[in-house]
Amino acid sequence: MILVELRKMVRSRRTWTTILLIDALPTLVAILLAITDLGPRPGQGPAFLSAVLTDGTLFPLAALAIVLPLFLPIAVALTAGEAIAGEAQAGTLRYLLIRPVGRTRLLVAKLVSVMAFVVLSVLVVAVTAYVVGTLLLGKGDVTTGSTSISGSSLSTQELLLRTLLALAYAMLCMLGVAAIALFLSTVSESPLGAALGTLAVLIASTILLTLDAASALQPWLPTRYWLAFVDLFRDPILWRDVVRGVLLQLVYVVVFLAAGWANFTTKDITD
Amino acid sequence: MIRTAALTKRYGRITAVDDLDLDVREGDVYGFLGANGSGKTTTVRMLLGLVLATSGTIEVMGQPMPARARQVLPEVGALVEGPAAYAHLSGRANLALFDAMGPGGGRASRARRVDDALARVGLGGVDSRPVHAYSLGMRQRLGLANALLRRPRLLVLDEPTNGLDPQGIREIRGLLLELNAHGTTVFLSSHLLAEIEQMCTRVGVLDQGRLVVQEQLDVLRQPTGRVVVHTPDADRARALLDGQVEHQDGERLVIRVPDAAALNALLVGGGVRVASLTAERRTLEDVVLAATSAGSDTFSVPAVAR
Ligand SMILES: Nc1ncnc2c1ncn2[C@@H]1O[C@H](COP(=O)(O)OP(=O)(O)O)[C@@H](O)[C@H]1O
Ligand SMILES: [Mg+2]
Repeated sequence: MILVELRKMVRSRRTWTTILLIDALPTLVAILLAITDLGPRPGQGPAFLSAVLTDGTLFPLAALAIVLPLFLPIAVALTAGEAIAGEAQAGTLRYLLIRPVGRTRLLVAKLVSVMAFVVLSVLVVAVTAYVVGTLLLGKGDVTTGSTSISGSSLSTQELLLRTLLALAYAMLCMLGVAAIALFLSTVSESPLGAALGTLAVLIASTILLTLDAASALQPWLPTRYWLAFVDLFRDPILWRDVVRGVLLQLVYVVVFLAAGWANFTTKDITD
Repeated sequence: MIRTAALTKRYGRITAVDDLDLDVREGDVYGFLGANGSGKTTTVRMLLGLVLATSGTIEVMGQPMPARARQVLPEVGALVEGPAAYAHLSGRANLALFDAMGPGGGRASRARRVDDALARVGLGGVDSRPVHAYSLGMRQRLGLANALLRRPRLLVLDEPTNGLDPQGIREIRGLLLELNAHGTTVFLSSHLLAEIEQMCTRVGVLDQGRLVVQEQLDVLRQPTGRVVVHTPDADRARALLDGQVEHQDGERLVIRVPDAAALNALLVGGGVRVASLTAERRTLEDVVLAATSAGSDTFSVPAVAR
């Protein structure tokens, strides 16, 4: 069943259209930077963008910082929101379940497929950004290594390791989004409803983060530590927010998946 | 094959299915007849474990449902509230996808199973156009093919002839009867009396969630004890029969007499030319009308006589 779902996801034109759209923005940014050579001043704009001008190999990180706040979550919310509600709306859910595919199994298969989508889209963004970055913006001086945001320099190996960590962290954050969307997908009759509900949660979270009056809530908001992956490039690595981010996302994943499972396995399928 | 006891489903204040005791036997073509909204689909969903009963028990092939769904459902093929498919894929791709799910779908024999099922429902030569370009009738056939993929012992079909033209209905009826002759038990729901009367051996009539009749069709269609005779010599026949004629309508006589053969001998012996002579049976329609109230999708004031 998991393989069937994966095949469905990989073969779907929708998957690739979405990834293409996500990828378009960082690519556009790279082109603009290459043409104008106008980076944001250090400390402003998306993380890493100013560093990118001197070293195109850093561009995957800049691309991640560009798509993580909005594009990627939208794509993940749409995909995960579609998971159960989409089958219900098409009427195929009842035929899957009477094949029979166990409800827990189906949910797990959908989760794996959504995770695969997350991994796929993050990797595609990173790889294209690397290619585009090195082609358009050029490589930095490899022998001296790249500079961390704290100013000291990192070896290429060190940089690669930290980049992979950052990608993994971004994937976990998106898994948190996927868990919320998957839960709503078992509740809502419509896939779009589930996706919009998820986005509403994320937007509310972003707004509350800017509000001092909500400071008591802030450590628990899903988007609170999303951009903490930037801290992985400080020297030494600033672990505090990253660790908190990982734990918080795990809480979201566990809670919403459990809720989704409890709801889906006991629900009347009346679509 | 299917047995339910006191099966009940409530949606909030609506009781969709009320205290249902179904008994479908192996080898039956069981017709589940009911007006729109009488609870047929809800019953089918409960039988298949899609909807959980409020109370009561279900046994399918001797095993409790939905507890043993994993053992039972591989041997059941079903059509629930219309067919469904992934609209952007072809019919064949859809079946291959559904076949790959769940137990019993070995990859090596998949193409054969799919072709087999398509051929059975008359879609053997279908091209690779996506399902969203299918007509209603083609979708219905595809849904049926999906139900037949695993060569089930029991077919549960909710309004299987919806959207088919008369020719298609006839083909599907032929297919179901053929499957039944080879040992498949068929449970089909319909709101069409004629459809059930034409092909079922056993009938259950649902009225506002309650089972009001459940019987073999030929028992329901018992003789009424009257014989209908058409004859050009109606007056002569009347004289001969002396008071047994209940009703005359031109050349048509309705005669109360237990033995049609004896009546025929009597008439012919008396020089009456008999054009036709039939022992009258109750129609399913009579049975249903006698057992049910107004259709549950009508909301008339119940007072005045119909
Ligand atoms: N999900 C649901 N929520 C509330 N009421 C429902 C639901 N599904 C069906 N019903 C009600 O249950 C009754 C039986 O419906 P259904 O089983 O679909 O009948 P049928 O298939 O015989 O037309 C109807 O009155 C319908 O309105
Ligand atoms: Mg129905």
